[in-house]
Amino acid sequence: MKALVCVKRVPMTGGRIVLTDDEQAIETKHLGFAISPHEECGVEEAVRLVEAHGGESVVLTLGPPDAEEQLRDAMAIGADRGIHLVTDGEEWDPEATAGAIVAAVIADETASGPFDLILFGNESADSGGFQTGLRVAYALGRPCATGLKAVAVGDGSFRCEQEEGGGRNVYELPLPAVVTVLEGLNLPRYPSVPGRMRAGRKPLEASTPERPASRLERARLVVPAGESKQAEILGHGADAASAVVDLLEQIGVTS
Amino acid sequence: MSTFPASARAVVIGCGIVGNSLVHHLTRLGWTDVVQIDKGPLPNPGGSTGHASNFIFPVDHSKEMTQLTLESQRQYIEMGLNTECGGIEVARTEERMEEFRRRMASAKSWGVDSARLVTPAEIKEFVPYIDESILLGGFYCPTVSVVDSLRAGTIMREKGIDSGGLQVFANTDVSGMDVEHGQIKRVRTSRGTIEAEVVVIACGVWTPLLAAMAGAHIPLTPAVHQMIDVGPVPRFETSSSAIEFPIVRDMDVFMYERQDGVGLEIGSYAHRSILHDPEEIPSVEEAALSPTEFPFTQADFGPQMEHALELMPEIVGDESVGVKYAINGLISLTPDGMPILGETPEVKGLWSAAAVWVKEGPGVGKSVAEWMVLGESHIDLHTSDASRFHDHQKTRAHTKARAFEAFPKTYGIVHPAEQWSSERGLRISPMYAQEKALGAAFYEAVGWERPQWYEANAPLVEHYGVETREGEWDARWWSPIINAEHLAMREHAGIFDLSAFAIFDVQGAGALDALQHAVMAQMDVPVGRVVYTPVLGQGGGFKSDLTIMRLGDDLFRVVTGGAHGMADRKLFTDALPDDGAASLVDVTTAWTTIGVWGPRSRDILSSVTSDEVSHEGFPFGRCRTIEIGSQLVLASRISYVGDLGWELYVPIEQGRRLWDVLWEAGQPHSLTACGIGVYGTTGRLEKAYRAYGAELETEYNVVEAGMQRPKVKEQDFVGKEAHLRHREEDPAAILCTLTVDDHTSSAGVKRYPLGREPITLRDGTPLTDAKGRRSYVTSAGAGPSLGKYILMAYLPPEHAVEGSGVLAVEYMDERYPVTVAVAGATAPFDPENERIRS
Repeated sequence: MKALVCVKRVPMTGGRIVLTDDEQAIETKHLGFAISPHEECGVEEAVRLVEAHGGESVVLTLGPPDAEEQLRDAMAIGADRGIHLVTDGEEWDPEATAGAIVAAVIADETASGPFDLILFGNESADSGGFQTGLRVAYALGRPCATGLKAVAVGDGSFRCEQEEGGGRNVYELPLPAVVTVLEGLNLPRYPSVPGRMRAGRKPLEASTPERPASRLERARLVVPAGESKQAEILGHGADAASAVVDLLEQIGVTS
Repeated sequence: MSTFPASARAVVIGCGIVGNSLVHHLTRLGWTDVVQIDKGPLPNPGGSTGHASNFIFPVDHSKEMTQLTLESQRQYIEMGLNTECGGIEVARTEERMEEFRRRMASAKSWGVDSARLVTPAEIKEFVPYIDESILLGGFYCPTVSVVDSLRAGTIMREKGIDSGGLQVFANTDVSGMDVEHGQIKRVRTSRGTIEAEVVVIACGVWTPLLAAMAGAHIPLTPAVHQMIDVGPVPRFETSSSAIEFPIVRDMDVFMYERQDGVGLEIGSYAHRSILHDPEEIPSVEEAALSPTEFPFTQADFGPQMEHALELMPEIVGDESVGVKYAINGLISLTPDGMPILGETPEVKGLWSAAAVWVKEGPGVGKSVAEWMVLGESHIDLHTSDASRFHDHQKTRAHTKARAFEAFPKTYGIVHPAEQWSSERGLRISPMYAQEKALGAAFYEAVGWERPQWYEANAPLVEHYGVETREGEWDARWWSPIINAEHLAMREHAGIFDLSAFAIFDVQGAGALDALQHAVMAQMDVPVGRVVYTPVLGQGGGFKSDLTIMRLGDDLFRVVTGGAHGMADRKLFTDALPDDGAASLVDVTTAWTTIGVWGPRSRDILSSVTSDEVSHEGFPFGRCRTIEIGSQLVLASRISYVGDLGWELYVPIEQGRRLWDVLWEAGQPHSLTACGIGVYGTTGRLEKAYRAYGAELETEYNVVEAGMQRPKVKEQDFVGKEAHLRHREEDPAAILCTLTVDDHTSSAGVKRYPLGREPITLRDGTPLTDAKGRRSYVTSAGAGPSLGKYILMAYLPPEHAVEGSGVLAVEYMDERYPVTVAVAGATAPFDPENERIRS
C-alpha cells in the first residue's frame, strides 16, 4: 500500500474568530495552526493502512514555508515522508491547488511508483471549498468516494462508507482511488515524543509550483452570526441540586 | 449578582492567586468595603494562575522569596490544598553539585532543615523511572508540594465574601482610571464607575496596561514558558493520587518533569527567551485556549524532548505515550526577577501586586494586605518594593532586555555578584574616561558604570603580598586587587567615584519637622552638621540608613545608596507635609561625589585648597563649601571606610576636573584609585559598618543591630514607640563581627564564604534566636588590614560572646570554624576611631 494524504495548514480556532481589517483573511496573530480535523483523520488512516498492509505513507501540503510544521506533525504520527508545495502564503483556489497536487502526484509516481490511495479531508477547515479531492480524482481519472466515515481494504478493492440519513452508503472502489474523509473516521493518535523526534529527521521534498491565474475572486469573508451564549445560574450550593437534576433529565443524560 | 457599587475603600483588580489572596487578607484584617473585579470568568479568569504548574520548591537563595514561599505553603496547608510529594533537583554536572552544596546553605539559613543531598541511587529509589546513570546527585526537599491554586483562590474569595466585606464581579473590564492631584480616585469599568481610596493592580501579565491607565509604570513583561503533557503513562495508571512521585527538576538542562495524574508534565526554561507585549494578549473571547496559553511553538522544544528522553526513557520513550497538550504559557518577568509589590511611586493609593508565582501568591497576598492595612508587612519586602525602580528601569526596552537575559538563568547557576551584560553604559560618571584609562573593572549600580577595582593597581597585589583565592567560585567576580587597593588606602590615601549616590534636597519651612518625623536621629542640629541616621518602620525595624547634611535652616540634603535610592525617595516624599511647607527635589544627577580617604587625604586636600581642613577647623561630622581652584566644593567629613577623609560634592559637569585636580595633587602622596570593592566591602567590614539590605532589614531592630544611642530624641518619629520598647527588652539577637579561623576545606583548598551562609555550632546545629530567626552571614569579605576574613551575623545572646570559639560557618556543605571577634557595633579595626578623628 502506497498512500498519499493531502493536508492543509489552517488556523487553530477556538475562540471568537476575528477577520483582518481588509476582510480577506482570518486574523491569526493570536492563533496557532493545525491540520484540518478531517485531514487529521486522513493522516491517521493512511498510517494505519500502511501499518496493517506495509508500504509507504506520504503526506503532502500546498502552503507557506511554515506549513512544514504540519507535515512534521503528520510525520510525527507516522507518515514516512513529506512533499511540500511551497507558496508565498496567498490562498490558492481549489482548481489551482488541485492542479499543483496532480502535477506533484504524477512526478512522484513517475519516480517511485503509483499511489494506491490518495486521501483528502472532505473540506478544509478554513475555506471549505469541498473541491480539491474531486478535482484531483477527475484529473487523474481515478474513482472517488467522498464524505467517508469508514474505510477498509478488501480483496482487490477498497470499501468505503458514507453516512446518509439514518444509514450508510457502502461503496467498493477499485484501486488506485481517491477518497475524501470526515472527522470521526477514526480517533487520531497523539504523537509520542520519539515520534516527534523522528519526524524531524524524515525526508521532506520541497518545490515551488507556479501559481496559475485564478478564475475565482474572493470578495470578502464574513463571520456568521453565532448563537449568543446566555449563562443562567440555577442556584448556589446544595440548593441548586434539584434544578441541576431537572436539567440533566431534560437533556437526557441521566438514563 | 448584586449591583455594582459606586464606591469602595479598595478595588482589587484581578482574580488570580494574588488578587484572591489579597482580598481574603484585607477582609481578615478588618477592611469591610473591598470590591474585586476581573475581566475574565470565574473560577479561571484566564491569567497565568490558570495554567500554572502549581508546584512549590521552598528553597531559594533569596531570603525574602523563601519567606514568602514558606508562608504561602503554610496557607495552602491550612486550606487542605497542599499535596506533599517531595522534589529533587538533579545534577548532571559537577558545577551543579557545587550549586546544590550552596543551596544547602540557603536551606539551613532560611530554616528548611529537611533538605539534603542525595546520591543517584537514592534518586532512583524515589523516582524509579529515571535514568540515574547520567546523574551525579541531587538536592532533595521532602516538603516540595503541589497545590490547587484555582481552588485556593475560590476559597479565599469566599472567605472574603462570607466576612461581609467583599464583593466580587467577574467579566468586568476596566476601561480607565482617574487620578486627581496624584491620588487615585476611581476605576471605570464595563459595569460602571467606582470611586476608591485604594486600587490594587493584581493583573499578572496585563499589569503594565492597567498601570498605564493611571500614569504609573509597573515594569514587567509577558514571557513564554513552554510545557507539554504526555500520557497516559502506564506506570501512573495505578496511582492513588494525582502525584505520587517526587517532582524532578533537571537543572542542567533547565527543565522539570512531574507526574500529573496519568500524565507527565514536562516544562522548560531552556528555550530561547520569547517575550511578548501585554497588548498582544488576546481577549478571553478571542483566545483559542485561554488568553495566557499561547500556541505551542514546536521548533523551540526540540532539544528539550531529547533531554527529557535521556532522563526518563521509560516514560518519554514509550511510543504509546502521546503528547496530549502543549502550550506556550505566559508568565511575568521583571527587570530584576523579583515581584513588584506595594504602592506605586507615581500615584498615591495605586498599588501593585504583580509578577508573582503560585508558589508565593498567598504569602504575597498576606504581606501586601498587612502593608496596606497595618502600614508594614511582617515579611520584609524591600527587594520586591514597587518603588525600587529608577526611571530607566521602568522602560519597556530595559525590562525586555533584562528579562531576555535573565530567562535562560531561571534554572541557572547565578553567582551573587554576577553582572548583567545587557543595558550597560547607560549612566556614565564624569570620571569615566579616567577610570577606563586605569583599567577599571566596571560593575553596574542602578545603571551607573562603577569601578569595582582598577587593573592599573595590579602591581600593588605583589607589593602588599595579597593572596589570591583558590576556589573558582570564591574568586569569580572578585580580584585580589581590591584588597591591595584597601591596603594602599590605609597606608596612604584612596580616591573613590561615588556618583551612584542618590541625593535629595528636602527644603522649606516644614523640612525640619518632616525629617524629624521620618528619621530616628536628631535633625535639629546646627547648619553644617552631617547626621548619619537609621530610618525605621513603625515596628522599629530598619527601612533604610543614610546621611543627611543640614545645609541651611530649611535645607537638608539626603544622601543614600543608589540601589535603595528610589525607595528612599518615596519614603521621604511620603513624609512631606500635605500643606506644601516642605518639598523634595531629586538632585542625584545635579551632583557627583568623589571620596578621598586615608591618612594622607588631608595633605592632598590642603594642597589644593586654602580653606581650613585641619581636624580642629573642620571636625568630623561637619560639612561646608570649600574652594578647590575655581570650583566650589561641598566637603563632608564622614567616612564609610573608617579613615580620615571627605566626601566631595560638585556639580556633575565639574566632576572630571575635580578628579583630575585631586589625582594630580595626590601623586606625591601615593593616592590610589579605589573601587567599590573597598568602599562597600573591605573598608566597611573592618569598621563593622552596617549596610541596608544586608544587616539592616525590618526583621531586625536598632538594639539588635547595636545602633542605639545613649538617648532617644524627644520628638516623635516613625518607629519611636517600638524603639523605646526594644530598648527595654533584652535583644533576641546581637549583631556580631566574626572572623574565620581556618579556611581550609577537606580537599585542602582555602574557601571564602560570600554571604548568606548559616552560622552553626561546630557540629552543624543551626542557631535560632528567641524570635525564630536563624543566624546567617549578613555580609562577608576580607579585612586586609586585620589579616582576617570577616563575617557579620546576628547571634542569639548566649553565643554573642567575644572570643567564643564554638561556632562555624557552613559553606558548600562544609563547616569552617569561626570566632566572635566583636559582639555589637565596635569596629574590629581601629576600635577607638582614631583614624577618622585624626
